[in-house]
Amino acid sequence: MSSAIELHINGQLLRVTPGTSVAAALYLAGDGSSRTAVGGQRRAPLCGMGICQECRVTIDGQRRLACQTPCTAGMQVESQP
Amino acid sequence: MNADVIIVGAGIIGAACAHGFAERGLDVLLLDDQRGGATAAGMGHLVVMDDNPAELALSHYSLSLWRQWAPLLDEGCAYRNCGTLWLAANEDELAVAEQKSTLLDAEGLGCRMLSASAVHEAEPMLRPGLVGGLHVSGDGIVYAPNVARWLLAQQPQRIRQQHAQVSEVSGNRVRLCSGEWLSAEVVVLATGSARELCPELPIRPKKGHLLITDRYPTRLRHQLVELGYVSSAHSSAGTSVAFNAQPRPTGQILIGSSRQFDSLTPEVEHDVLARMLQRAIDYLPSLAQMNAIRSWTGFRAATPDSLPLLGPHPSQPGLWLALGHEGLGVTTAPATAQLVVNQVCKQPCAIDVTPYLPQRFASAEQPA
Repeated sequence: MSSAIELHINGQLLRVTPGTSVAAALYLAGDGSSRTAVGGQRRAPLCGMGICQECRVTIDGQRRLACQTPCTAGMQVESQP
Repeated sequence: MNADVIIVGAGIIGAACAHGFAERGLDVLLLDDQRGGATAAGMGHLVVMDDNPAELALSHYSLSLWRQWAPLLDEGCAYRNCGTLWLAANEDELAVAEQKSTLLDAEGLGCRMLSASAVHEAEPMLRPGLVGGLHVSGDGIVYAPNVARWLLAQQPQRIRQQHAQVSEVSGNRVRLCSGEWLSAEVVVLATGSARELCPELPIRPKKGHLLITDRYPTRLRHQLVELGYVSSAHSSAGTSVAFNAQPRPTGQILIGSSRQFDSLTPEVEHDVLARMLQRAIDYLPSLAQMNAIRSWTGFRAATPDSLPLLGPHPSQPGLWLALGHEGLGVTTAPATAQLVVNQVCKQPCAIDVTPYLPQRFASAEQPA
């Protein structure tokens, strides 16, 4: 098995297996939620294939889909607000 | 008789007409097949357009009525008096802006020319190099589907809504797909797909694409439109795109626009969407780094002279038309309602209705 990748989710250090998606990392790091809807509820990945847009997170300053983005070393993922 | 007035189509036009008739004490039956039309698909812009005197008169009058509604609308209607910034990319477009400014000034509409640096200061997201702009202060935006719901909710005693598809119209009678005939003193067609019911009407569907971004911290303040929009909006064949962007109250940016006469399928066409977005990125380069969450299409009901049909059907007594608004249905909904309701009630109208009467196409009803 290749060595683990280290990234940060909301400032918290996480080690994941290479090939892990950011959506999976959200679940490993916490409750899996990705963002807060305009009505105030938390939202989480749903379709897992880049269509539903529920898993929008900010990765290194850019808004990205967590389910379509593999974790890479040093990534800063923000699921807040 | 099933009501005083039957209205076919519960979009922003049908809802505004229903609200107007109900305010005069008439009982309205509003029929809609819930297929969704231009109201749900459009941008919801409130914009004074001045391509001809009749368009200017109608949009100006309507904006004054929107301002009367504005304090009453609920938050879901998303009314914002954001103004429009018309953008000049070259000296020719600047000359167009100056003409427009003179015309709108003469109408008493608040507007002012902006220098290149003032444009950049007003909207720092815009690319450098624009030569100037025109700010029109009275324009705005709404979320039109919620305005339609709000209008109907103001008169619950007078307006009945029924989910039904109309298969035939004959004067003051309509037949539903169930076979049932309904009648009223007056039937008003307020649907862009009226050509299915009245093939003689000179209406053509003009397809448009829209795209909306994710929510971001507010970066735009005005609705932005390129002055080249006018030539795109008026082309009568083929496909054209023009830059148009709106800041939505959610922090999203709504991006248009495209126009196609030759496509009748509702699918998003990626080549057209790509052209539209490239145009948008030309004006707002940082859009390229933003995430888009939805794109969709809709159809504008276009008439040969780009003016709506507001008034009695030329040859069917009892049948009235409130349709063919192309891209200005939301802007001109309150004025449309007033002009149609006043004509039906035989009361004077605030502006001359002659340019909008369906009768103007009566001699050309039969295709050559």
